Amino acid sequence: MSRYRPPRLPSSTITPESVWLRRRDFIRAALAAPFALAGCTGEGKADAAPVPAAPAAPRRALDVAVRGRYATNDPQTREIDATSYNNYYEFGTDKDDPARNSGRFKAEPWSVEIAGHAARTGRFALEDLLKPHALEERIYRLRCVEAWSMVIPWIGIPLADVLKRFEPTAQAKYVAFTTVERPREMPGLSYPVLDWPYREGLRIDEAMHPLSILAVGLYGRVLPAQNGAPLRLVVPWKYGYKSIKSIVRIEFTERQPATSWNVSAPHEYGFYSNVNPEVSHPRWSQASERRIAGEGFNLLGNRIRTLPFNGYAEEVAALYAGMDLRRHH
Amino acid sequence: MTRRPDRVAASKPFVFTAALLPLALLVLATRNGSLGPDPVATLEHETGLWALRFLLATLAITPLRQLSGWPWLLRYRRMLGLFAFFYASLHLVIYLVVDLGGFWAQIFGEIAKKPFITVGFLAWLLMIPLAVTSTKAMMRRLGRRWARLHRLVYAIGVFAVLHFLWQVKWGETIAALEPVVYAVIFAVLMLFRLRRTPSRAG
Repeated sequence: MSRYRPPRLPSSTITPESVWLRRRDFIRAALAAPFALAGCTGEGKADAAPVPAAPAAPRRALDVAVRGRYATNDPQTREIDATSYNNYYEFGTDKDDPARNSGRFKAEPWSVEIAGHAARTGRFALEDLLKPHALEERIYRLRCVEAWSMVIPWIGIPLADVLKRFEPTAQAKYVAFTTVERPREMPGLSYPVLDWPYREGLRIDEAMHPLSILAVGLYGRVLPAQNGAPLRLVVPWKYGYKSIKSIVRIEFTERQPATSWNVSAPHEYGFYSNVNPEVSHPRWSQASERRIAGEGFNLLGNRIRTLPFNGYAEEVAALYAGMDLRRHH
Repeated sequence: MTRRPDRVAASKPFVFTAALLPLALLVLATRNGSLGPDPVATLEHETGLWALRFLLATLAITPLRQLSGWPWLLRYRRMLGLFAFFYASLHLVIYLVVDLGGFWAQIFGEIAKKPFITVGFLAWLLMIPLAVTSTKAMMRRLGRRWARLHRLVYAIGVFAVLHFLWQVKWGETIAALEPVVYAVIFAVLMLFRLRRTPSRAG
């Protein structure tokens, strides 16, 4: 069984900083090429430079021990799309801001504070947090509250396995998560879009559900900054904003913790935020979604019906038995 | 005085072609697949933006004419207004056919129940009578009522700006300045009209 290993990079694989800093230019040039050529040849397709298939800077590959558990057969989103179309407001509110503005973000070294109602608490280095666990690949649907969705092969470990090691007490009814807050590395923090730092939370039984994972990678490699490096939550039956990124604090609480979007607009975003086609957002319907997935590109036919609990009803519906999901949205 | 050539008339084909450039670029980008990961969202956003830009350009003609003293500016106004209608119609068609195509029940629900979509749809609806009555013959036929009818453009402006502001997430407007910038430009163009009347009287 493979374990998480701290990075050991031969210096030859390190991208020189000058190249790294110019990476956007390469992408931009590649993207602009079709425009430049199409006009003069009339055969735009043949001459157009292909959209890069992977990000410019290679990310460290991960050893994955377990594959195939909870893997959806839906066509996957291209890696370039999943890593260039992100909501991570600490880097800016446009979809391409996180990839563009996260160059200064340092994901190493990293530590996480464990606090609250548990036998073991304190600050732990990420390596120590992950060491005892085998890395698993989970191919999950990701449904954004904005009514688009992706299919992403995450690499991570079951959240429950990590939480249990800290021996939460009977008072631990909820788990609260906090994102790192580093204004010098995260330019979006200078705008009071949300009450920073970003916070999220789960009920303890949701957190302990086998579908909930702590992810450290995607597409076989470590998470890039824009996807929440180095450690993020993935809770596939809830809207994307519940899957908090770049976690620095995990606290076991007795009361339901405050969560950022709920604090910002309680009438639009509830604590539970389970994907629910029946309960529409005040400003748009949640009955269907635009799926960003697959090779090539089609204008028509991207819209699909949204499934209750994002298609994971069989696994998680029992958690909410007897609850009014319209009220507890 | 020698008879000067009609420069405005001569320039109109160029303005017309230029106004079609955004569409041409979008068509090209669609063909090349360079509209980003969510191409439908990009098409919706871009056509909506161009509709709003042409609408604001239309509304800027009167203030510009008064500030500059160039009466000939007025002769571009109809074309700009019709292009606003053209891009707004594209925006709506892309939303209805490309984005929501097939999900018909949802379309009616969204237009009727979702306020930001309702105001957007209303803005487009109100543009129809203005487009229909934009010909010289209609101007003559309607006489004084024509000007009164075309004041609808102010309501269209309010709805269009609201449509843009409203869809942005709560609190996000602080960072996503774009909708706010357009709202401010619209407000300035409106304030100019309010200020103009008393200053002329005094």
